[in-house]
Amino acid sequence: MSHLPASDILQTIDVSLGPQHPSTHGVFRMNVTLDGETVTRLQPVFGYLHRNHEKIAEGNSWLAAMPYTDRLDYICPLTNNWAYALAVEKLAGLEVAERAEFLRVITAELTRLQNHTAFLGFILGDMGAWGTALMYAFREREKILDLFESLTGARMMCNYMRFGGCRCDTPPGWIDAARAVVDRFPAFLDEMEALLTGNEILLARLQGVAPLSAARAIQGGMSGPLLRASGVDYDIRKADAYGIYSRFQFRVPRGEVGDCYDRFMLRLLEARESVSILRQALAAIPEGPVVHPKAKQRGLRPPAGEAYGRIEGPKGELGFYLISTGTDRPYRYRVRPPSLINLTLLEELCLGTKIADVMVILGSIDIVLGEVDR
Amino acid sequence: MSDVVEAIRRAIPGAEVERIENPGPSGQHSLLLGHGTARAVAEFLRDGQGWDFCSNVSGVDWPARKVKETLVRKDVVDGVEKEVKETVEREEPGYLEAVYHLYSVAGKSGPLVLRMRTPDRAGAAAVPSLTPVWKSAEFQEREAFDLFGIRFDGHPDLRRILMWEGFEDFPMRKDYVAPDDCEYEPTPHDAVLERVNARKEPA
Repeated sequence: MSHLPASDILQTIDVSLGPQHPSTHGVFRMNVTLDGETVTRLQPVFGYLHRNHEKIAEGNSWLAAMPYTDRLDYICPLTNNWAYALAVEKLAGLEVAERAEFLRVITAELTRLQNHTAFLGFILGDMGAWGTALMYAFREREKILDLFESLTGARMMCNYMRFGGCRCDTPPGWIDAARAVVDRFPAFLDEMEALLTGNEILLARLQGVAPLSAARAIQGGMSGPLLRASGVDYDIRKADAYGIYSRFQFRVPRGEVGDCYDRFMLRLLEARESVSILRQALAAIPEGPVVHPKAKQRGLRPPAGEAYGRIEGPKGELGFYLISTGTDRPYRYRVRPPSLINLTLLEELCLGTKIADVMVILGSIDIVLGEVDR
Repeated sequence: MSDVVEAIRRAIPGAEVERIENPGPSGQHSLLLGHGTARAVAEFLRDGQGWDFCSNVSGVDWPARKVKETLVRKDVVDGVEKEVKETVEREEPGYLEAVYHLYSVAGKSGPLVLRMRTPDRAGAAAVPSLTPVWKSAEFQEREAFDLFGIRFDGHPDLRRILMWEGFEDFPMRKDYVAPDDCEYEPTPHDAVLERVNARKEPA
């Protein structure tokens, strides 16, 4: 050892993590420089799934972009639908039918439940526990996808919302079926918590890994569960109270340290709040039309102007910035992708950690490449 | 909105700020910032006004367009004074625009919309980068550079982000022509070659 020159002993290694593997959240790549096992530099490389979503949407009618938003974050199509519908409604000054507002809250919270459920399975995979936790999670997620299928006709590519409402009403018995799934859900969360949260290995892999301060999280544009895990009290459902969220009672859980463990636990706590919102919404949903009678779909020509509409998606702030010049297609259609912007601080989080932690940190951010690359 | 403009003018003498009306029903008006004082104004908005969260950064392309104007002037035709209508075509120069949507996390308010415009749409079209003020703008400014060709002066790492290094065009511009799929065919036949060559020849 001692006969080697100092420069050789201090040699660093460049590793290309991906595309694929980093525990297969998708085709994502990180160029990592390692000193031993410690990360000294990390550069994310994007674009493997880029298809210029925005350009395609600008070449089609306002309505034609709706099914295409399903493909952004394909785990959560219904919240993508809502964010786009909300932005167009702001742009055109449309109102939303009362029953549709409830259906939107119900489908969005079901989406949050199944996203966070899938997250629990994925992050265990990132820690090397392939299989059991993911299968438990997917068993439960499938029940919610069955609800989506009977409501919209598709498990994942739902294409359900319309300007001023939703595409179709619930089939007979759907509300009761949804209530049954929601009522059984806390038992699953208890089961997951009993299985996971006291586990010594899980605690060792998550606690104290990559803590993020509240000030840095705000500065870096973190949103959604990541922002709240760092202790910031900010939920767009409360801050903007879009839709009818002001009518429901729910708490906004927050972390203290902002490490991977807080990010993990925050999803479990948020899922419980979603169950509470769902119970209230399913109990109070009124009868009525599901599309506002004055809302236009195919021939929509919003007046010239611009609007930015955003919602609290399961992964963070999902926004659409739209400019209309009064024609039948968007002049500018911009997606604010939470998955991409939550990666802004990835290097900062990973510096100084071991390479095995990079997978866990990436998993704790919860990204979908369909939205990162668009 | 107007009190924000006043506060900026009071804090930064000589700040170039102009209010831009949004004619649509959303009521989201915006502030157009001059390049010289943009960074100082942004820092003041963050530290002095509580706009700590830069949510969204977007490029917009406004190509040069022909504006038709009808002028009415009086003229003497055959000894009689008449009103003559004359249509004049005037070209408005194009520009690229960077739009920022700010929110306040503590105040739970927003959005405050900022815009900056490049002098033209040529290769050197530039605006000052606001990444040093809000780190969250880093990837989004890179994206606007990549897809629109807006240069952000002072950006720490201005590279293409979604397209590959070596790609030369800016796909989100309105005058971008997408390549024909056939150009990537391994053995293009005559009809395909003809079509491609016709498009490649300068008009």
